[in-house]
Amino acid sequence: MKQKNLALNRTIFVILLLLALLFLVPVLVVLMNSFKGRFYISETAFLPPTGAMFVGLENYFSGVEKTEFFSAFGYSLYITFFSVLFIGLFNSMAAWYITRIKSNYSSILYYLLIFSMIVPFQMVMFTMSKTADILHLNTPSGVVILYLGFGAGLSAFMFCGFIKSVPIDIEEAAMIDGCNPIQVYFRVVFPILRPVAITVSILIAMWTWNDYLLPYLVIGNKYRTIPIAVQYLRGGYGSRDMGAMMAVLVLSMIPVIVFYLSCQKHIIKGVIAGAVKG
Amino acid sequence: MQKILKKYVAFFTFPTLIAFFISFLLPFFMGIYLSFTEFTTVTDAKWVGLENYVKAFVSSGDFLNALWFTTKFTVLSVLCINVLAFLLALLLTRGIRWTNGFRTVFFMPNLIGGIVLGYIWQLIINGILYQYGATLTTDPKYGFWGLIVLMNWQMIGYMMIIYIAGIQNVPTELRDAAAVDGATPIQELLHVTIPMVMPSITICLFLTLTNSFKLFDQNLALTAGAPGKQTEMLALNIYNTFYGSIHSEGIGQAKAVVFFLLVTFIAFIQLKLTRSREVEN
Repeated sequence: MKQKNLALNRTIFVILLLLALLFLVPVLVVLMNSFKGRFYISETAFLPPTGAMFVGLENYFSGVEKTEFFSAFGYSLYITFFSVLFIGLFNSMAAWYITRIKSNYSSILYYLLIFSMIVPFQMVMFTMSKTADILHLNTPSGVVILYLGFGAGLSAFMFCGFIKSVPIDIEEAAMIDGCNPIQVYFRVVFPILRPVAITVSILIAMWTWNDYLLPYLVIGNKYRTIPIAVQYLRGGYGSRDMGAMMAVLVLSMIPVIVFYLSCQKHIIKGVIAGAVKG
Repeated sequence: MQKILKKYVAFFTFPTLIAFFISFLLPFFMGIYLSFTEFTTVTDAKWVGLENYVKAFVSSGDFLNALWFTTKFTVLSVLCINVLAFLLALLLTRGIRWTNGFRTVFFMPNLIGGIVLGYIWQLIINGILYQYGATLTTDPKYGFWGLIVLMNWQMIGYMMIIYIAGIQNVPTELRDAAAVDGATPIQELLHVTIPMVMPSITICLFLTLTNSFKLFDQNLALTAGAPGKQTEMLALNIYNTFYGSIHSEGIGQAKAVVFFLLVTFIAFIQLKLTRSREVEN
């Protein structure tokens, strides 16, 4: 029996190893092709870049230049960083208020926020981008404000769920000791929210970093985030530079993979929490 | 505390409320109103009643085609992803070596954005099809299967993580009891493990369902609907109606409302199922 199990586990191990390789192949093929001359890529996608095909870092230079990749990276970083910051701060404040105050205002706001999670982006994309134009929100900072409203559903849901399980006594004690609500919030409540704040930050960061359509519609003709830069390379028919495309794909995966490997535990925990609540 | 805190309503809720009003509430209600009008910018709307809705379904078949394509895609990808993710989760909860490493690798594609994923798979699939003198856009079936493979690659790891969490929550006593009673591994799977991870299964089914149904970025990057509009999914169809043709903003908005109703319907069923399960527990 034991020996049979050992043999079975060994087979499973080999199967898993092959599957893991299969999962990595697409990324490795892109990496390989990023060192290949642009005209070889479509025809010999699976051959290593040897001999005449090898062009060194040429694709990286042309890709970075064509897409202004570093400025795209800057815009992506700016939008993601401030969206995470503002959502973490303002939405958790609102979530605390609507959980602690039982009023019609609180419950209407809560249900509207939850409702917004269901609505697909296509429903509001046209009217939202026009509104953003009229209000001069068509800048990277404007996009942050739009994300603050758009991410409010998910984050309020997660924050409210967490706050409900926090006993109110500590807050009331602080109030009796003479703290005003702002002090209570920042000195007592906010530190307690740390675990759920990490989860929300990770979910928001993954969403805003990878989001294409919202920034494209609102600021796409002036500022390019990374996904917009990649899509921009698609260009007209037949004129696409496959080499530059491969290089830009690799460059845009690097930050994500670094982020993943450096806080994998938090990411996986956050994603599970987000899924179970959503 | 209630009384004092109430005075701070503006400080605590207005930043969120104002942003929410600008980015969601106002556009949402404007969107519903505009779907009954003819407009090119949001300020020149002319009431036309249900005309846009009729046109959305009648004037060209592309919306119904997109609906059919999306439905086929959604059903197949939901089945594939969940079966494969569940199998992987079973294999990865047996204490085999490198389990954490495997988990890391399988989950990784989930973090890569939809546009980038689309172009990665465009390269791979075109590279294979090149040997047969075809490309992704030669035949809509290539685009369809391409999207299925892409979606599996992206979502399997994510669903696997949720299934693993579910399987690890099954009390070991239950499995031991089943083994003592002489249950075969298959019986144990069917009568112990699967019933115990039903909550995870519901979560995964609906996550894959809504994600597949609302797919946009991957569709845009992989085929952009080509050939013709035959691999166009609903979200992309709505986008193209707005931005790809002239004087059809009203029709686009009407399609968006229909899309919204379909998604809400799916979410409503999810809520019902989750609630009824809670009662049973």
